[in-house]
Amino acid sequence: MHTNSLYQEVILDHNRKPRNYGKLDHANHHAVGHNPLCGDRLDISLQLDNDQINNIAFQGESCAICKASASMMTTAVKGKSRADAETLIHEFRELATGKLDISQPNHLGRLTVFSGIRDLPTRVKCAILPWHTLHAALNSLASVSTEADDSAQSMSNHS
Amino acid sequence: MNSTNISLKPEISSSLNWDRIRADFPILQLKIDGKPLIYLDNAASSQMPQQVIDRLVRYQTTQHANINRAVHYLSEIATLEYHNARCKLQQFINAREDREVIFTSGTTDSINLVMHGYGRKFIKADDEIILTTLEHHSNIVPWQMLAEEKGARIRVVPINDKGELEVDEYEKLFNEHTKFVGLIHVSNALGTINPIQRMIDFAHRHGVPVLIDGAQAAPHIPIDVQALDCDFYAFSAHKLCGPTGVGILYGKATLLEAMQPFKGGGDMIASVTFEKTAYNTIPHKFEAGTPPIAAAIGFGTAIEYLTDIGIERIAAYESGLLAYATECLSEIPGIKIIGTAAEKTAVISFIIDGVHPHDVGTILNQDGIAVRTGHHCAQPIMQRFNVPATSRASFAFYNKRTEVDALVAGIKTVQKIFL
Repeated sequence: MHTNSLYQEVILDHNRKPRNYGKLDHANHHAVGHNPLCGDRLDISLQLDNDQINNIAFQGESCAICKASASMMTTAVKGKSRADAETLIHEFRELATGKLDISQPNHLGRLTVFSGIRDLPTRVKCAILPWHTLHAALNSLASVSTEADDSAQSMSNHS
Repeated sequence: MNSTNISLKPEISSSLNWDRIRADFPILQLKIDGKPLIYLDNAASSQMPQQVIDRLVRYQTTQHANINRAVHYLSEIATLEYHNARCKLQQFINAREDREVIFTSGTTDSINLVMHGYGRKFIKADDEIILTTLEHHSNIVPWQMLAEEKGARIRVVPINDKGELEVDEYEKLFNEHTKFVGLIHVSNALGTINPIQRMIDFAHRHGVPVLIDGAQAAPHIPIDVQALDCDFYAFSAHKLCGPTGVGILYGKATLLEAMQPFKGGGDMIASVTFEKTAYNTIPHKFEAGTPPIAAAIGFGTAIEYLTDIGIERIAAYESGLLAYATECLSEIPGIKIIGTAAEKTAVISFIIDGVHPHDVGTILNQDGIAVRTGHHCAQPIMQRFNVPATSRASFAFYNKRTEVDALVAGIKTVQKIFL
């Protein structure tokens, strides 16, 4: 296990300067992801029109792996259809848990920088949390709640 | 029991060969990714010396049977060895009688036993239970469950910016509703040693019983439950170089006798009919089912091992390590130590500016360094210091100064990566 291969410059850069960081004014989908084991917390808001992600933003308190994963995720799914985003969510989860053969064609592009996470089982959740949260936001009802759920669930939808 | 016990003169600790003691721990020879293991997560669980491992093997290979039942050879020897382990624990904490020592599955189980056995019988609506900000979740959640069930209230003792209890505030919390105090002896997250003697004495002046969570104290501070006069004292074997899955609850015999059983089953009964069950005497009343016999016997051997070295010597050696580590870490720019109490065990909780503790832990692991990262099952403390989590290095008597140096180098690597 070589940790340096995980903390690559692209990840450190997205941690330092997260893209699409903040909250959308006109979001119509929203979800909060929470990892009760480590306290990571992520808030994702979407503007989804005709099944297309026209805008996305995230904010929260998390480790570098989680923040970089969220940042890179937002750049990857912005402008994509809901179906394409769900494909990426699926592929990223397979990548992080070591089930994806990255020599085969996939849609992840630079996101394969996270492939090293599979050797760190305790950190897999950090990388996946944004994707779980995006999945929850995509499947939530239209309107936005400003309430953050403090329940011990790892994920909570808001509608 | 206070800090004077651990401030022994350095010559006492230097008279022991600590390198030879370290050699008793086979796991410390491990390499992690080619690097020597530097185990600084002792507050989570300590490692086991060969003497305890050998004892477990000897028990399983020559002495194992169920206890308190059959009349055959193995059952008699297992029963005797289990009882001997109880007596070693009794001596270790200077309890009056061996029946005041109940084997549990660990500190959490011990606290739950008190909640169910004492709390559910004696705590009523409108009663108040005093806890402190420094409590581990295991000494918070059971009492919240009880408070919810009974309509009782939890009152919380605050801490100051150094992570010390505000004892004056504690004393102000007492009133006619106060019925119980749950108090951590040493904070697992910060290492703060609490002035429990003063706090127990004060509670007793109000006729209120006190439970001490000693999980972090027993490995580092000599415990004398008669001198303390605490009503309950709980700790786990696996933080004392023993096996997981066993711990004890000390309770004053009169209280234990007045309490209701926690778990029902075999061994805890005197007689059973479908009309009525008569309960066994203490400690058996609280030891339903087959206990962790091997683990309890290993616990006894671990106690012997530590007593042979001497808890005072261990404390003196560890406070030397703490002073050295505190000095080294304080010199690194961008490091903040959380928890700077005047009286501490060898625990350093810290944060590195701009780096989340989980990233710190993963990068230190690359150098073979094991620290704990997270909220340490003490979220109220994290909230008090307004941090989501910390990294925590916790030292044992088998750690060396060179391992502190390695930690410092590891922290500098983290800072370089996140520059």
